[in-house]
Amino acid sequence: MIRPADCLVLGAGPAGTEAALAAAEAGLDVVLIDEQADAGGQGWRAPLSGLTMPRKGADAEAGDGLRARLAASGVDRRLGRRVWSVGGAFRLDAVGPDGAEAYEAPRLVAATGAHERVVPFPGWTLPGVIGLAGATVLLKAQAVLPGRRVVVAGAGPLLFAVAAGIIAKGGEVAAIVDMDGRLAWARRLPGLARRLDLLKEGLGWTWSILGARVPFLAGHGVRCAAGRSEVEAVIVGPVDADGAPIAGPERRFACDALAVGHGLVPGGEVPKILRAAHLYDRLRGGFIPELDPYGRTTIENLYACGDGTGIRGARPSAVAGRLAGLAAAHDAGRLDATAFTALAEPTLQALADYRPFADTVAGAMALKPAQVAAITPATVVCRCEDVSRAEIDAAVDAGAGDINQMKHFTRCGMGPCQGRMCGDVAAELVAQRRGVTRETVGYWTQRVPLRPVPFDTMIGSFDYADIPIPPPAPL
Amino acid sequence: MSLVRVSNGVTRPAAATFAVDGMEVSAPAGEPLATALAAAGLLGLRDSPRGGTPRGAFCHMGLCQECVVTVDGRIVQACLTPVRAGMQVGLGGTLR
Repeated sequence: MIRPADCLVLGAGPAGTEAALAAAEAGLDVVLIDEQADAGGQGWRAPLSGLTMPRKGADAEAGDGLRARLAASGVDRRLGRRVWSVGGAFRLDAVGPDGAEAYEAPRLVAATGAHERVVPFPGWTLPGVIGLAGATVLLKAQAVLPGRRVVVAGAGPLLFAVAAGIIAKGGEVAAIVDMDGRLAWARRLPGLARRLDLLKEGLGWTWSILGARVPFLAGHGVRCAAGRSEVEAVIVGPVDADGAPIAGPERRFACDALAVGHGLVPGGEVPKILRAAHLYDRLRGGFIPELDPYGRTTIENLYACGDGTGIRGARPSAVAGRLAGLAAAHDAGRLDATAFTALAEPTLQALADYRPFADTVAGAMALKPAQVAAITPATVVCRCEDVSRAEIDAAVDAGAGDINQMKHFTRCGMGPCQGRMCGDVAAELVAQRRGVTRETVGYWTQRVPLRPVPFDTMIGSFDYADIPIPPPAPL
Repeated sequence: MSLVRVSNGVTRPAAATFAVDGMEVSAPAGEPLATALAAAGLLGLRDSPRGGTPRGAFCHMGLCQECVVTVDGRIVQACLTPVRAGMQVGLGGTLR
């Protein structure tokens, strides 16, 4: 059964939900699809069903507001659906609670969000080592601490959000290990001060961290995580302003969990699979689709918005989503030029107002090339296939010129995560080894399935009699 | 060691009991299985296929595939699978 619509929106985070709302308000029949059971994306995730927490954060309230508006709208919500195929102009295939589903519409908004970048270090594959973004999911949606004694390490604002979250819930933070020095954050203050409400949130995290007297190591990185079958300790040491390890005293923190992350990577599989033009933008986290100011890609009637189009954060993503929804409605003939301009102009302005803040936050989360250069040869880069840095270097030396050739030589990126966890770092390694640009190295060729799905669920149930048999060719 | 459920002021759904390789484990119904397993001290869920090194839930959002286990004989991502009473969970040997 195919569900036809005027517009499909893939991803129900802040960007996708606002796109769906704007398009539906203009009169389009909109279907909003997401893997999670509720709208909100990763940042504005709803708590688990049946779980209540005493304190709500700003993100939970923003998410509740978004979900309430969505529930009151005419948007057809198809949540808890795992989309595994995108094609044509446009069709989505999904696995839902009752099996295979398909959706078709002349317009598609891709709002698939971002995923975490963790620059590899020895021991990062040990159980008990988790991503910072994963830690926020545990804290905010599940009221669970990552461990009894947690080291929080990496770069960017999530570091402070996670540390403060653990402290607020009564957990113990063994140490906070920030790759950035205090000077880097001091330089960011003017940009952050452009959004006083969000700066206040950040200062609140800092305040609770100071109050808990947690060891705070600025300008330090993780040297390795140690442990036999689980993480038991983290060894940290000083790094320079570019993220490269430098000589200096190393410290060892006993722990039972390490939450670590080095920024976010746009997860733009959909525009890539549909062959929209992309460009590399290090500030925005990697390869992003080329967009007009409203979120139109280079493919007609394909729109993209949110962190999948470059890292900006939840609030600017919501504004960009609204723009994409308005553009889709306008292009569908449901909003005339006057109405479109009247709605889009203030939205464009709102997005521009976020820019200094969003750029500052994105800068704190951007890849540090010197950190990648310092990955030791024996360190596993591709977790799925256990491919080490030395094997990637050897493949490049043997002639692998771009990311896809390197994949064919080594199996790096060929495992079940489909290169999501290692892709950005692996491409950087190839670019550095060859001394060429990231554009030259490119990105993984995207293919369906977008997510692993069981084959029997994908094809559904049928009898032999149901299989159409074409008439034999004439003799 | 394990994940820790915050108890202070938090209410959760009633516990459901399920089996992990024959061992009884209970967790709030609907909690992601990856969380329930880690809270029960089961952090290592499988070994990597090539290096044979221990692995557990890493991204907790359905991407990394490190937390794959079997539930009632089918391969699933534990972080996307809600806990249900009576489910039969198998660790190890998947995605090899």
